[in-house]
Amino acid sequence: MADMTYLLSFIAVAAIATFATRVIPFVFFERHTEHPLIKHLGRYLPAAVMALLATVFLTRSGNWNAALPGLDAVLPGLLVVAIHLWRRNALLSIAAGTAAYMTIQQTGFLAGF
Amino acid sequence: MNQSVFRLTLPILFGYIPLGMAFGVLFATQLDYPWWAAPLMGVLIYAGAGQILAVSLLAAGAGMVEVFVAMFVLNARHLFYGLSLLGQFRGAGWRKAYLIFGLTDETYSLLTTRPRGPDRHHEQEVDFRITGFNQCYWVIGCAIGALLGDNVAFDSTGIEFALVALFIVLTIEQYKALKDGFPLWTGAAAAGIAMLLLSPSHQLIGAIVIVTAVLLVHYRRLKDTGATEGANHG
Repeated sequence: MADMTYLLSFIAVAAIATFATRVIPFVFFERHTEHPLIKHLGRYLPAAVMALLATVFLTRSGNWNAALPGLDAVLPGLLVVAIHLWRRNALLSIAAGTAAYMTIQQTGFLAGF
Repeated sequence: MNQSVFRLTLPILFGYIPLGMAFGVLFATQLDYPWWAAPLMGVLIYAGAGQILAVSLLAAGAGMVEVFVAMFVLNARHLFYGLSLLGQFRGAGWRKAYLIFGLTDETYSLLTTRPRGPDRHHEQEVDFRITGFNQCYWVIGCAIGALLGDNVAFDSTGIEFALVALFIVLTIEQYKALKDGFPLWTGAAAAGIAMLLLSPSHQLIGAIVIVTAVLLVHYRRLKDTGATEGANHG
């Protein structure tokens, strides 16, 4: 049987470290919510982080050693953009893109190109 | 309210169940601990990449200092998320601790992008439920994965693309709300630079540091040119 004391202390330490990264801004900057710099970050940071997350995770979803590098992820990504600009229905865009990606990955039909 | 929260969080359900399962399967196949420790980690730690890293740390029998440093560094991007939610969470009372605890990439994305009404307490209640729903999906995924172990039979390959698609949709929504492409190009460029220069485990935090630095310079330049941008962006 594995060491339960080790496991439970491990979970406690990992939980504290993770919570620390989330709570620190609230502890140190709580009194500065009206500061123009905080407002500036509040206005622009979410958009920048969203574009960043989309870029990183889209890149990681693709096979960049294929004949057409990354097309297996970029194609469903473009489909999400197109459908979202067309209907602006988040669930529809996400479902269509995910279905396209799953089809491409499971059938491997882009592999031949 | 729960129905609209469910609709809002549905893409996260499609992302979190398979990702949580991936973690659960990894946990069950790599380690000799009881299955319930996997959902317990989902309840107490609640961090996707962090928990997957935790499996290799557990397998290696890492020391507590090492565990703390590794988890802190890996999740350090969350330091920056709180900065843009200081005002939004203010006065949320007892809910606030949980809102902060549950601030994952995906929850942050939803909370900062969804349209908000003037009733602050109502909106915080919605935020609270979004956070709770998301964590439920994650914990359920962890539990299913750990119980199934390596006997996963159905082919859900690729379903985790739901999270990528969600980030794309939220990026478009952010653009429509801001009507300013600058932060988006900054974010995408920072991601590109980080992916070229850094190892996968440092790319997210590296890109967020670059983005924050650019926004600081951007702020100083707006201030120096005499534009009172900060004051206008209430």
